[in-house]
Formats: sequence, C-alpha cells, structure tokens
Amino acid sequence: MLKQYETVFIATPVLSDVQMKDAVAKYTDLIKANGGEVVYEEDWGLKQLAYSIQHKTSGFYYLIEFKAEPEFVATLETQYRRDERILRYLTVALDKNAAAYAEKRRNNKLNPKAAPVEEEAPKAEEETVTEE
Amino acid sequence: MAQNNNNGEIRYLNPPTVEVRKKKYCRFKKAGIKYVDYKDAEFLKKFLNEQGKILPRRITGTSLKFQRKVAQAIKRARSIALLPYVTDLLK
Repeated sequence: MLKQYETVFIATPVLSDVQMKDAVAKYTDLIKANGGEVVYEEDWGLKQLAYSIQHKTSGFYYLIEFKAEPEFVATLETQYRRDERILRYLTVALDKNAAAYAEKRRNNKLNPKAAPVEEEAPKAEEETVTEE
Repeated sequence: MAQNNNNGEIRYLNPPTVEVRKKKYCRFKKAGIKYVDYKDAEFLKKFLNEQGKILPRRITGTSLKFQRKVAQAIKRARSIALLPYVTDLLK
C-alpha cells in the first residue's frame, strides 16, 4: 500500500537553475520509477540557513510530497546521501492530521485568493510566550 | 505597637495587592490546530527563547499533547536549518 510522505532537501547554492532542475528531476523520476506518485512540489528558492552546513550559509530548498511504498524511503535517502549536491534532507511520513494540513496548505498555495485567512488567525493576539 | 493587635486584626500600611493572573491556555486546543508544521519557522519561534531553546509548558501554557508535537516540529526544523540549534538573540 502506498503511504504518504513529504521530503525537503537543501541543495548547494553553487548550482545553476538548470542544474537545480536536473537535481529535482532526478528525485521526482526516482519516485515515479519506484511505483510512487508525486503529489506536490514546491520550490522555496535560495534561503539563508540558520547555521552553516559544509561552510555554506545558504541553500536551495525544495519540497516534494509523494506517495510511495515504505521500502522506497530507504532508497531515496541512500540517493540523497550519495549526492554531493545535497547538503541536508528530511523525509517525514504524513499521518492523518498531517495529510489534511498538507492538503490545505497545498490548496492555499495553488489559489491563494480563495482562502487567504488561515486558521492561525489567533496568532496575533497571543502574548503568552514571555519569560516569567 | 500593641494597639494594632488589640482587636486581633492585621493591618497593612498599603492595601495588599491582589495579582490577577491571566489564565494560561493551550493555543492549539483553542484554535483547533491538529498538526504542528515544522516548515513554519516563524510560528515555531514563539516556542523558543532567545538562545533558541524550547520554552517549557509552564510558560507557554501548551498542553502536554501539543508540547510533544511542538518539540518534534522544532527538532525537525533545526535539522533542516530552518531554526538554529544554538544562537544568541533570536528574534
């Protein structure tokens, strides 16, 4: 049975646009070749890292949501580890709530004007996080 | 000195201040949020102190169930460099 996953990887900032597309294509193809399906992709672009990784202070973030067999995750991560372009990766299985959240987020991204107000509206009023 | 104690009453120079403390609540339960997203670093920063440490429940008021999820999300965010492990003057 296919399970839903989500993976984020950080590629080195030295890549060109074409090389980055190449890297992304490699992983999406890998997912498809192993009987999975890509649900959603999101390019976060070049972001500053919170701490340096391999002496680099920025990196290209890329998010892929996919469905695949649980055994496939190990293959994917092996590929990540062998790939010198990848600084860091994280693969997370999505449970029921996470999948619902991911779907909502996806819809918000795809048509931002349809649902501009998120459920996180009470954020602003909260001042509870203060030192005692 | 003895005068005050005559009728067995305690008298204060200033009226004792009664601190009215706002009741803490779990923001996740209140807002009906079921999943804590590790990708939203700005949101997770509300649960960190200036050194980037996770704040305890007694300060944030988060329920145990969601404190575990927040902690998990923060740790994930740290591993993909969205949040720092250690720092000074976060925020």
